[in-house]
Amino acid sequence: MRQISLLIVLFLFWLALSGHYTPLLLSIGAISAALAAFAALRMRILDPEGHPIEWIAGFFLYLPWLVLEIGKSAWVVTKIILNPRLPISPTLRVVKAGQRSAIGIATFANSITLTPGTITVAVNGNELTVHALVREGAAGLEGGEMDRRVRAFEGRAG
Amino acid sequence: MSLAVEIASWALILAGSFFTLVGALGLVRMPDIFTRMHAASVTDTAGAGLLIFGMMLQAGFGLTTLKLLILLGLFLFTGPVVTHALAQTCLHEKIEPLLAEEPAAAD
Repeated sequence: MRQISLLIVLFLFWLALSGHYTPLLLSIGAISAALAAFAALRMRILDPEGHPIEWIAGFFLYLPWLVLEIGKSAWVVTKIILNPRLPISPTLRVVKAGQRSAIGIATFANSITLTPGTITVAVNGNELTVHALVREGAAGLEGGEMDRRVRAFEGRAG
Repeated sequence: MSLAVEIASWALILAGSFFTLVGALGLVRMPDIFTRMHAASVTDTAGAGLLIFGMMLQAGFGLTTLKLLILLGLFLFTGPVVTHALAQTCLHEKIEPLLAEEPAAAD
């Protein structure tokens, strides 16, 4: 199941990047997709982490919210940068991630880093050390909206 | 290309350029490496994202737009990994982040 899915995804990726659709090139593309899928199988990286098909639906539901959040915090950081007084109060804070799986914690940590104004500097189990540009930045993270949404997204993957 | 698409495209490209410039300005104004990373993340999320969406409208519906979308995905997945690696290295090399004073609640 996962092998077939990886094969299809790799071939679609090849099609998107190539743009040449003659029979010879198409068959070369299919062969390279098959070889890459075979290599992944041999390297034993074809697992829920290497090719997370269960996560796709949840990912596309989570993404729009994350993009909106990135937009909002980019604007907050922009206002701080353009403020002549540069009103920053850098803070380090330990935030507990409520996710169960490694993918869930990694998604939460990366989402924190992606939103401007907060960076995950260290991960230890489910404890994330977050550096925030302003004191209020890290305050809402633990048990917050982002944590809840990543947990929901994780729950959908089962 | 219709005028409306052209206007929307240039609005996005100009907005992206604005955030890229703000990120660069922040890089100069911030006091230490950790706060500078916050400024840089404005450039590689809002800046790059808006520029790519603007370019997608220029390219129209087709393979180029798909490639731009893949590029944006690549940015969103590799960006935080690089930032995290940089922050980890700084901590490992004992570069302490500059922290603000705790609020007056302590006294």
